[in-house]
Amino acid sequence: MEKKKTFVEDIERTLYDIKNEDRPVYKTQQGLTEDIIRDISRQKHDPDWMLQFRLKSLDVYNHTPMPTWGPDLSELNMDEIVTYVKPDAKMTGNWKDVPEDIKDTFDRLGIPEAEKKSLAGVGAQYDSEVVYHSIQESLVKQGVVYTDMETALVEHEDLVKEYFMKLVPPKDHKFVALHGAVWSGGSFVYVPEGVQVKIPLQSYFRLNSPGAGQFEHTLIIVEKGASLHFIEGCSAPKYNVTNLHAGCVELYVKEGARLRYSTIENWSRNMMNLNTKRALVEKDGIIEWVSGSFGSHVSMLYPCSILHGENARCEFTGVTFASKGQHLDTGASVIHAAPHTSANISTRTISKAGGIAAYRSAVKVTPDAHHAKCSVNCESLMLDDISRSDTLPVMDIQGDEADIGHEAKIGRISDEAVFYLMSRGISEDEARAMIVRGFVEPIAKELPLEYAVEMNNLVNIELEGTMG
Amino acid sequence: MAEKLLEIKDLHAGVEGKEILKGLNLSIDKGEVHVILGPNGSGKSTLMNIIMGHPKYEVTAGSMRFEAADLQAMKTFERARAGIFLSFQTPEEIPGITVENMLRTAKQAMTGAPVKILAFRKKLKAMMAELKMDPAYAERYMNVGFSGGEKKRNEILQLLMLEPKLALLDETDSGLDVDAVQIVSSGVSAFHTAENSCLIITHNTRILEKLSVDRVHVLMDGRIVEEGGAELIGEINQRGFTHLLEAQNCADCSRVCPKAAK
Repeated sequence: MEKKKTFVEDIERTLYDIKNEDRPVYKTQQGLTEDIIRDISRQKHDPDWMLQFRLKSLDVYNHTPMPTWGPDLSELNMDEIVTYVKPDAKMTGNWKDVPEDIKDTFDRLGIPEAEKKSLAGVGAQYDSEVVYHSIQESLVKQGVVYTDMETALVEHEDLVKEYFMKLVPPKDHKFVALHGAVWSGGSFVYVPEGVQVKIPLQSYFRLNSPGAGQFEHTLIIVEKGASLHFIEGCSAPKYNVTNLHAGCVELYVKEGARLRYSTIENWSRNMMNLNTKRALVEKDGIIEWVSGSFGSHVSMLYPCSILHGENARCEFTGVTFASKGQHLDTGASVIHAAPHTSANISTRTISKAGGIAAYRSAVKVTPDAHHAKCSVNCESLMLDDISRSDTLPVMDIQGDEADIGHEAKIGRISDEAVFYLMSRGISEDEARAMIVRGFVEPIAKELPLEYAVEMNNLVNIELEGTMG
Repeated sequence: MAEKLLEIKDLHAGVEGKEILKGLNLSIDKGEVHVILGPNGSGKSTLMNIIMGHPKYEVTAGSMRFEAADLQAMKTFERARAGIFLSFQTPEEIPGITVENMLRTAKQAMTGAPVKILAFRKKLKAMMAELKMDPAYAERYMNVGFSGGEKKRNEILQLLMLEPKLALLDETDSGLDVDAVQIVSSGVSAFHTAENSCLIITHNTRILEKLSVDRVHVLMDGRIVEEGGAELIGEINQRGFTHLLEAQNCADCSRVCPKAAK
């Protein structure tokens, strides 16, 4: 019996790997010095308080050690990372005005297409700056703001000043300190009290420049009783030098508000993805995270929900797929800081071809948060003997009457299940692919449709290399 | 003369070096219903799994032909596409794949042509009604959270949807209550035609009530030790297997046994 054997070194990334000529109008020197920070700040026409904020963050960065508890970060040499790359394009609200090569890139990634079909607003960031932003007129009339952070800093300076890096302060860890010093681009969303944004907004981040860092800042405020679905997508072509992504996401979910935040990250495999995301949820508010991690060389990503008001709720759904040369350390953290708060965390991780996928979680219940309820369910599937899956849950329960459940399962594709499907005429490859698709199905159905399709393709392509 | 569907000759097979089938012969014609009886551990389920091509078992000698094809040269999914179906004794649970999705994928794989969704759904609904299955089960994940009886009904549903030439039923009636056996039995008789054949393992004769049995084989210690028509079922039910086992032992040692030599 001859078996077809395909070897896939890397997933089919033709779409993502098209590199445009690196043609910035301005690029800082490599590395990180006070001069470089002043330079970035000048280029960006920061108000003085922001310059001071950047300098303070730089100081914190310089005095904070590298985290050593997670994946190996020794390959990252900050002296070689270019922290600010300004593309040769001005921010525009008109797709026609985006330069050809950049437009082509986003066209290929389906960004304007998606906008036409199913989005209420779109933002596209290329290297360090947002090059395109649009929002439906009807939303503007209701007072919804969706723009890039730079514009927000000019037009909504008070709001930015009130919220910017208050939830994720630079002192938290080395990479948010770095972010505070060199941040550029990102999205600002403000949904006024009671406004329901029915169609999602989407931002897409693309890092084209080799050896560069992307440090976009996303700040979303959903006021009392309002609701929003925000989608973010990330990709980059592959270079032989290390790129760095250290974004920061701050989400404020006010009383009775609801925010769904979906991310699909498909960075190229030379990317260090050290991203920090946090949500502060007030009374009766709901944060829903949907998180897909497929790309990057190393990822450290643990979206955190602080359930600050009574009855605040968090739903976290995540999928991570680590293949050859990837170490994806992902998970979630929840802080129950008020009574009757509840959280539901459900994740699936897949590893193959020597990839390492770790699920790391932290659940904390403060002494005041009585009757907190938290359920964690994480399942891992290893597709071969050389891959690794770890589950690292941490729990710190101080509140009374807490109801905490943790369920973890690590396994392989069952031979009996493959035989069962084959006995129905389904080929071996398809049987395995079906089982893997079935494994991620509870997550896939939470993803925006085009991303669910993308994930399915990814699973199929990834599996071809493991068969036989 | 009737056409041969399955022909097994002098089959030796086992698992991890241990021989389970020790020279088994079996021949099934198109349209026939065969029943295999035998005590626990005699190799009945092993035979079913080997016909289906379970990778755990190794065939060491003998031949298996299905119509003109040499089964041993075919992978499990190729055997299925050729027209063999196994109703499992303990059907697998497959999370994330709905019954409908799985059946559609299987049907497409079998026929090699895209499935017409509307016609497919209509047939699925009709078959589920016939098996008294809640139509909501079409949207449920394959066997996940199904009771034993629901899993068996789901096997027969697949049989009716996939329309193979040969149905291997491995204790499809075990663990079912009287009503469920009736339903499954009707399902099997709906499948059985002048062209389609069944090979049935059972400890219970109720599943056979709606079928006309052509041939009964008694399998003991990896060999067919007794064959006959439907009347053999009643005989075994009355007398059990022990007398056959004794006869078998005598046949085995005939060269040295003075009793046999006489």
